[in-house]
Amino acid sequence: MILKPRLQDVQVIGYYLGKIIMGIALAMLVPIGTGLFFAETNPVLDFVIAIEVTLLVGLLLTRICFTTRDLNWMEGMIVVSLSWLAAMFLGAIPLALSHHWHSYLDACFDAMSGFATTGLALVQDLDHLSYTHNIWRHLMMFIGGQGIVIVALSFFVKSYSGAFRMYVGEARDERILPNVIYTARFLWLVSIVYLILGTLALGSAGFLGGMKPAHAFFHGACIFMAAFDTGGFAPQSQNILFYHNFSLELVTMVIMILGALNFKLHYQLWTGNRKEIIKNIETLTFLVTVMFSFLIIGIGLNQSGAYPEVSIFFRKGFYQLISGHTGTGYQTIYASQFMSDWSPLALVGLMGAMSLGGAVSSTTGAIKMLRVGVIFKVFLEDIKRIILPERAVVVQKLHHIKDMFLEDKLARSALLITLAYLALYGFGALMGMVLGYPLLDSLFESISAAANVGLSCGLTQADMPPLLKITYIFQMWAGRLEFMSVFTLIGFFVAAVKGR
Amino acid sequence: MRIKFLVLSFVLCVLPFRFVFGQPISSEALIKNALEYDGKTVVYEGEIIGDIMKRGPYAWINVKEGKSAIGIWIHRSLLQDVVYTGSYKSRGDTVEVTGIFHRACPEHGGDLDIHAKALSVTSRGRTVTESINLDKRKMAIILLGALCLVWILSLFIRK
Repeated sequence: MILKPRLQDVQVIGYYLGKIIMGIALAMLVPIGTGLFFAETNPVLDFVIAIEVTLLVGLLLTRICFTTRDLNWMEGMIVVSLSWLAAMFLGAIPLALSHHWHSYLDACFDAMSGFATTGLALVQDLDHLSYTHNIWRHLMMFIGGQGIVIVALSFFVKSYSGAFRMYVGEARDERILPNVIYTARFLWLVSIVYLILGTLALGSAGFLGGMKPAHAFFHGACIFMAAFDTGGFAPQSQNILFYHNFSLELVTMVIMILGALNFKLHYQLWTGNRKEIIKNIETLTFLVTVMFSFLIIGIGLNQSGAYPEVSIFFRKGFYQLISGHTGTGYQTIYASQFMSDWSPLALVGLMGAMSLGGAVSSTTGAIKMLRVGVIFKVFLEDIKRIILPERAVVVQKLHHIKDMFLEDKLARSALLITLAYLALYGFGALMGMVLGYPLLDSLFESISAAANVGLSCGLTQADMPPLLKITYIFQMWAGRLEFMSVFTLIGFFVAAVKGR
Repeated sequence: MRIKFLVLSFVLCVLPFRFVFGQPISSEALIKNALEYDGKTVVYEGEIIGDIMKRGPYAWINVKEGKSAIGIWIHRSLLQDVVYTGSYKSRGDTVEVTGIFHRACPEHGGDLDIHAKALSVTSRGRTVTESINLDKRKMAIILLGALCLVWILSLFIRK
């Protein structure tokens, strides 16, 4: 028997959702400050309207649903999934008001792409977009990369158990510090330290590459936010190709890799445990999958003869691979060049890397390295079981921050999530084909959306069917939250309709 | 008569030839048919966007036509006439560039670019003066009122 949700459940969900929406309103002060600095009147007005609507919604929810009750697991998960939808709808308001997006749906698409750190974009005439809107596009990635709930946890939520339930719902099952609110603050500390260093490095690369100082550092900050949070937005329509700058490309590669590492690993490195990086199953798996996919891409690009020189092959082939594997989506080639210059084999290598992603508890999407490593170990264990005598006890160990035994529970969870991702990739590809696009294009774009990558082969455009836009929005949302909170929300609605 | 015939022949033979190769090519056509245009001299026209990035005696500019922009590697002396570059607050100069197109430039790490031989400004850009959108201002004031009202009401309800 399914139980109908009680009014108290709705009340507590509404209250915490309201708090998170207040956090989103707080974040909108950054573009307002930027707009005032650059004297951009109408863009500032767009954000004043957006912040007022956001505050109004947040205020109404927190006042109407006021409660002192704590969240249970189901409510925590629902708050998270609804928060991401609310962030999309509210974050899209200033974008839609700027008239750089054809419709509110297109603005929602870019807002979800930003928060989910995907990087697919439907913005029009990006090269004439204001600083105010541009900083918001990149800030959405910075907030989404850390986790929207983390923003609220850091400032608004005082209840530890409820906070932990929301933290887990946002696809972060590892606590770095014993207290989840301290963990949230640590994530911000790491990100802000890297933000300062990264902006300096990228800004200097841009400045030395001939840009005006103010532009160089503004672009540096934007690119850092999108690279570290493995997002992929850039302030210009040509993405990273705009800069024609090898040193800037190198710096972005380092930042993308840093963003793809587990925050727990960052903590180990920060506290002096440098050996962890060479022992950790995630970094080892990442190294192997990068090498393997680079080999496939190399053979593929050799077949097509796209980049005959080694230096060009590295700068184009390896860059797109790291960008795809870390789930960033920065491009140094035009979208249509994937289809015209890259052979199908090279594309398969790239799609494979895109579908795997970076580390768990990082800013990347997709299946993730820990799960790939665990599945590999499971296969190894089963092969050992077949080869060794029946009486032999086979024990498989792995190292992830600490040594641990490979338990059935861990293996089951890794396989389940992997299967869910594969189904999501397939669903998007199928929808693309139903709407008339070729298999390879549909699969490429579907993986890019569901794995929160952002590389595009040119399919994602403002004139694509609205149904496909909605499909990709769903993929970005479900992929970023790793399914559980989305399934819980669906279950909640089913219970509300069918329950007694 | 003979001179007239020669002039007519010249006009008929040379002008169509110039028309075909002298006509600006769109960014979409260049990117889509990059292999076909690779290493050939092309004419490309569009708006300069973003910074002019100086690199020694040369510079990179990005020229946008349609939905895409293409990087132009150009000697700085050819940029003397350029005044405006496109951004939120300005429309950039529209320029016509004649140069060699590269699908994957060996000199610049495989970038799809054009090495300019000549550049001329065909249309001058301008500064975009921003006037306040009154509808937006009205909306912001109404919403501020609504926000204050809800906040005050919520204080009473709590009491």
